[in-house]
Amino acid sequence: MEPFKSHRGLIATLDHANVDTDQIIPKQFLKSIQRTGFEQNLFYDWRYLADGTPNPDFELNQERFHGASILVTRNNFGCGSSREHAVWAIRQYGFKAVIAPWQKRGSTVVPAFADIFRTNSTKNGLLTVELKESEVEEIFQMVDRYKGLEATVNLEHQRVTLHLAEEISFHFDIDPSIKGHLVQGLDEICQTLQCEDAIKAFETRHSSQRWI
Amino acid sequence: MAKTLFEKIWDAHVVTSMTDGMTLLYIDRHLVHEVTSPQAFEGLRLSKTRVRRPELTFATMDHNVPTIDRMNIKDPISRAQIEALTANCAEFGITLYDLKSDRQGIVHIIGPELGLTLPGTTIVCGDSHTSTHGAFGTLAFGIGTSEVEHVLATQCLRQKRPKTFKVEFSGKLKPGVTAKDMILKLIGTIGTAGGTGYVLEYCGEAVRALSMEARMTICNMSIEAGARAGMIAPDDTTFQYMAQGNRPFAPKGKLFDESVAFWGTLVTDRDAKYDREISIDASQIAPQVTWGTNPGMVIDVTGRVPDPNQVPGYHPKDVEQALNYMGLKPGTPITEIKIDTVFIGSCTNARIEDLRAAAKIIKGRKIASGVRVLVVPGSEQVRKQAEAEELHTVFQAAGCEWRQSGCSMCLGMNPDQLKPGERCASTSNRNFEGRQGKGGRTHLVSPEMAAAAAIAGHFVDIRTWPR
Repeated sequence: MEPFKSHRGLIATLDHANVDTDQIIPKQFLKSIQRTGFEQNLFYDWRYLADGTPNPDFELNQERFHGASILVTRNNFGCGSSREHAVWAIRQYGFKAVIAPWQKRGSTVVPAFADIFRTNSTKNGLLTVELKESEVEEIFQMVDRYKGLEATVNLEHQRVTLHLAEEISFHFDIDPSIKGHLVQGLDEICQTLQCEDAIKAFETRHSSQRWI
Repeated sequence: MAKTLFEKIWDAHVVTSMTDGMTLLYIDRHLVHEVTSPQAFEGLRLSKTRVRRPELTFATMDHNVPTIDRMNIKDPISRAQIEALTANCAEFGITLYDLKSDRQGIVHIIGPELGLTLPGTTIVCGDSHTSTHGAFGTLAFGIGTSEVEHVLATQCLRQKRPKTFKVEFSGKLKPGVTAKDMILKLIGTIGTAGGTGYVLEYCGEAVRALSMEARMTICNMSIEAGARAGMIAPDDTTFQYMAQGNRPFAPKGKLFDESVAFWGTLVTDRDAKYDREISIDASQIAPQVTWGTNPGMVIDVTGRVPDPNQVPGYHPKDVEQALNYMGLKPGTPITEIKIDTVFIGSCTNARIEDLRAAAKIIKGRKIASGVRVLVVPGSEQVRKQAEAEELHTVFQAAGCEWRQSGCSMCLGMNPDQLKPGERCASTSNRNFEGRQGKGGRTHLVSPEMAAAAAIAGHFVDIRTWPR
């Protein structure tokens, strides 16, 4: 996997909370046995009208967002099905990072991204950035105001910078294991295969549970 | 040190701690289906890697499977995916329950039936509803295709230890209220991301009183609350389930007794701490009906479609969009919503007890005019059992369609789909836009509520249904 250190690109906004993976890539496209070719079907039901032409009301179809590589959206993005096809579609469309807000509800914090989606993203070099709600709201407003607004997402320094006349920049927290994985572009399977001795030792221990 | 049920199973499966803070976790059972595995097998071929433990890996085909004339798959792309699984299982030496097998069915229904799902083990599958198996006191969760490949190659997964969340259902359920209503109530309470980052443990009097099949319904929808896994500590109900029926992979005889002695230790210790807790009074739960486009948009059957400005946890704009998609007006009583389709099926509610419950409501009655009712057993074993009990004749006499097993209209990867604008009372798990067919409108309910809606043509409060 290609390492992810820092990326600068055009921002596109998608103003929906709880975007599920059925929405990101509908079921009929999961029949493929390939890992590629999903980009034209990303957000299919929102993106196209019944006759197959682009839906002019769908945000990502706006000309100003063509070529965007940073997606900014709302809380609980990627919920639902475990389909990794959702991440493949987002990556193949051209996005390198998705930014969404975590939320405080009562005494608990609701993460910005669903668990399985986030794991799948990391395995495919797609960076998921969690910011505060107020910060994401500010990005939405700035994108609304300044056509062609670009941002830099710097993973090494954990910083999102909006390239305005006067730059705005936000710090983000990220799990060190996710950061390490992306920055190094790790091949996990190769790494785990190097733990063969530990796996064998575990299997010997574990075999006392003879019913498994 | 006092441990929760989750912690006991997690700790017993740690192979090693990685330098990046992740744990290498051992996987006891890997379940595979046709949709999320082809790219993983291709990855193995490209890297010339074998499947490390093919004897711990079990496959079936369920998502693409037609429920009429199943051996004749007309969609060439679906057929190619089914054929790819057959070829991959042959190449890598994996047991496959294919369309000719009488043990075929939805992957989360056949695991427990076969005795593959055992307390105290770890199970993964490239499917988010793997949480179902947690009903046995199993740590079971869904994974993506890259992780499927990782498990095939190494029999392990790199995981970050999740937090723990105790979900207690105190008291007793009222008649007509089911496990489906319990889990929908929880999701309505904590939201669809309320469990993100946690493993849920369900406990309390109302959970203890549930059958294994009802417990599976609850654990199944843990993911709809955001949690990758949900668990219930095994007890006599669990052990009885393991001992009965034709479960070729469950331990027998002396080994069974040895297993039960161990399984009995899989309970949360008295002094163990959870990261978060919630308690819900089960006696106060009413039958639930979803009104929106995610499972957290749910209300009592006695309620009304909400005002967009008065839904806690949702932006009014998102509620408006949901109501617009669903074709519903705020203030409409739930019982006045008319349906034209009923789907009784899915890994949530297509086990024999679900079909019995639905048949009991339907018996001797006719479905409402203009309503199409699909009854899709979760597995071939469920279908055979239902037919032995003549449940299929109950459904057919009422005007329902009796089908062969598979995921069917839960996600409509096969020909069973809603048409745009159709409104369905569904026993499945997701009411997302387009889930059951582009433009289709889904209301999630229990099998009893779905059956009653089929007869009445609109939602009814099952508690008032003549018995």
